[in-house]
Amino acid sequence: MPQDENKEGIGGMANPGRYGIERVAYWLMRLSGLGLLAYFVAHIYETSNILRGQVGWDELMEMTSTTEGHAILAIVIGMCVFHTVNGVRVMLGHGGVGVGKPTRPDYPYVPASQNYKHKIGIYSAIVLAAFAMMYGLAVMFGE
Amino acid sequence: MAQVSIIADEQTSLSSSKSITLRISRYNPKHDDSSIFTEFIIPYEKWTTVLDAILEVKKYFDHSVAVRYSCRQASCGSCGMMINGKPRLACFTKISELNSNVITVEPMNNFPIIRDLAVKFERMFESHHKIKPYLIRDDTELESDAKEFLQSPKEVEQYIQFANCIKCGLCNSACPTMATDSSFVGPQALAQAYRYVADSRDKGKDSRLKIIDESHGIWRCHFAGSCSQVCPKGVDPAMGIQLLRGYLLGFRS
Repeated sequence: MPQDENKEGIGGMANPGRYGIERVAYWLMRLSGLGLLAYFVAHIYETSNILRGQVGWDELMEMTSTTEGHAILAIVIGMCVFHTVNGVRVMLGHGGVGVGKPTRPDYPYVPASQNYKHKIGIYSAIVLAAFAMMYGLAVMFGE
Repeated sequence: MAQVSIIADEQTSLSSSKSITLRISRYNPKHDDSSIFTEFIIPYEKWTTVLDAILEVKKYFDHSVAVRYSCRQASCGSCGMMINGKPRLACFTKISELNSNVITVEPMNNFPIIRDLAVKFERMFESHHKIKPYLIRDDTELESDAKEFLQSPKEVEQYIQFANCIKCGLCNSACPTMATDSSFVGPQALAQAYRYVADSRDKGKDSRLKIIDESHGIWRCHFAGSCSQVCPKGVDPAMGIQLLRGYLLGFRS
């Protein structure tokens, strides 16, 4: 990218530190979306192994039923729950639901669209994802 | 990004026991490969703004620093720049409120650089012009026998917040979509599209919605909200964009 363009690029897009929890949610949404896409591709490959018969299937299950495999699955569970809950929040916001009403702004200009409803939605998505991951880990490692 | 330090601590017009290091990004796209930082020690008072400090540099140390400014009261939207990593108006940002001994100023991201801190606004103005930022209707209130278009206070409240836009470009600079998509229309223009769509005097809603309903239009906004957080006039572009999208999704009519 030419310097003259001065675009922030992927690094600037992904930098979650400067603009509060909403930008963190934006970043996590992109990251979990890409993660779920990668899992979807891997999952299709995994399940297609059933065509190799019982032996092939068992071989693959043995490979994925490891500590690392369970840790990856726990992350997938977290990504799935966060992406779903935050996705519902974002979809409602996209329709104009919960983004506040236009009014005459007063200094110090706190943006109404960044209100507590959406913050609660974001924190709920993170907390639910964490609980789901813990539950998944308990099920996978609890046996 | 290469870095060079030139510490200048000569006497300036500001006399104070407190001082900061002002790091100014220097870059001329015509003959520089990359930007460098030049550093200056600037005394400051409680009320000194970042623009004041930059003008001190121009006055006493290096007059070649390129910066755009005009009104010095957050009305003209000229002095937008990255101040300690966030887009802000230099005239509207006091050094004392940054709580840092080092102030780094860079040109706004997502805008082509003219030189140093001055950036090109052409593309933003083109996008702004594209969404038809004026009332569209067949009749006019300018004719001698016509009455003015009356509005109730409630109708004015629907758009007056968005009419505060000073076209400073801070929202476009903070937008994560603008960071990667050169064709995105941007939060500034989208918020202005809402400003006119929500105006009860305007009859151009359908034509404006058609303009923004394209692949690099309103659908590229993912509601990160950074635009609203940096707006120095309380415009809240994120709200305007979501309300505007509500028209396209059928939530509003």
